[in-house]
Amino acid sequence: MTALRAVAFVLAALVLQSVLARAVGSGAMDLGLVAVVSVALLHGRVSGLLAGTLAGLVQDGLGDGVLGMSGLGKSVAGFLTGVAGTQFIVTQTVSRFGVFLGATVVDRALFIGLSVLLGLRRYDRPYVDVAFQGITNAVIGVLLFQAIESLPAARERWRLMLERRQKRRYH
Amino acid sequence: MVRPDATSRARYLFVAVVVGHILLISSQVGSASGPSLLRSAFVGVVTEAQRATWALVGGIRSIWDGYIGLRGVRAQNERLAQENADLKVRLQQERTNARGAEQLRGLLELRPRVPWATTGAEVVAGSASPDFRAVTIDKGLSEGIRRDMPVIAQAGVVGRVALPGGHTATVQLIIDRSAAAAGRIERSRTAGIALGNGDGTLRFEYLSATADVLRGDLVVTAGIDGIYPTGLVLGYVERVERNGPAYRLVTIRPVVDFSALETVLVLVAPTPVWTPPAPVHDERVTR
Repeated sequence: MTALRAVAFVLAALVLQSVLARAVGSGAMDLGLVAVVSVALLHGRVSGLLAGTLAGLVQDGLGDGVLGMSGLGKSVAGFLTGVAGTQFIVTQTVSRFGVFLGATVVDRALFIGLSVLLGLRRYDRPYVDVAFQGITNAVIGVLLFQAIESLPAARERWRLMLERRQKRRYH
Repeated sequence: MVRPDATSRARYLFVAVVVGHILLISSQVGSASGPSLLRSAFVGVVTEAQRATWALVGGIRSIWDGYIGLRGVRAQNERLAQENADLKVRLQQERTNARGAEQLRGLLELRPRVPWATTGAEVVAGSASPDFRAVTIDKGLSEGIRRDMPVIAQAGVVGRVALPGGHTATVQLIIDRSAAAAGRIERSRTAGIALGNGDGTLRFEYLSATADVLRGDLVVTAGIDGIYPTGLVLGYVERVERNGPAYRLVTIRPVVDFSALETVLVLVAPTPVWTPPAPVHDERVTR
């Protein structure tokens, strides 16, 4: 069930990315990577590794690039994030920001490095692009985690409110 | 036999996944063949999901546009009527120009251009990855769409069909980092290669040191790359940097607004290639 939920989460992120790219022309963020890092932090390194493979292969398959290029970067980023999640306490906003930023750097370094090495693409200012995408991904990731964490409390508040309403109706 | 613990298993899995990816990448690099059956099937399934999602978004948007967001329609209507009148005047001028050009072409004994067969398509999704500047259109192999067919918008070149699926196709935008088109400065006829920068602009490369390029020059397709026919608008020269006599950087701003693409035209007929006029039949030789 957890695995299915993780797969659905990653696929939903990719669909959202494509819809946002279509509607807003967004290209500065990678919601697929944000989903992979989130799965890795929540469920560990193996889940992160597999989520990264899935997200990367779907992105590669939909683009006209070499199949496996995004997959490699995202798998490594997902695995390393999972390792970091078990070795360090990643619950503070700053540490989460750092993890998302680091994962983006790993993913981008592998993708851009391989692209340049194989002569597939040219990057004029890779550092600026990586920094910009890293910060955007980190901000989205931190906000996503805050939303995920506030979900149980919100659900509880909703349940209490419904109970109070029912009591009022009966009295 | 010693069973590997969870940490070792995770490490083995990590190594297996990384090696698998590297093998997958190596198997594709250097291959000149078209997309595999597996990839076509994969693209077909996923782009159908994208199309369905976009249809849902479109439905919600049409409800919003049709019932809620009608404010300002009157003013817009008046503005469009004025624009329509202006365009009619311009159309008449263009017709006159076209007639003149047709006469000149006839004088030069050049073949008249064959109009390309086109098919309209709607853009249903963007790219799932920020690394690829691509869009998904709602026409595919079933509608006669094939790989490398040029895709244009009213303003100019959009890109080429990269991965055709059953009823959808992925179009690589001309601004993608791995996209390229042979171009020509319309004013000076200087030829070069327009390459995508990935940031919404193109760079014009392989120019000769004596080339004549100025800021604001219109760049059109040269028709020698085997994909784009000649004369389609790529964009305007935005920046020209020189390093001594040689050009260091020539940046082109595309005319197409890629973030607002809704409908495109796919040129489905084979790209008409200019052929030299047939040699004059020499009576003396044949006898």
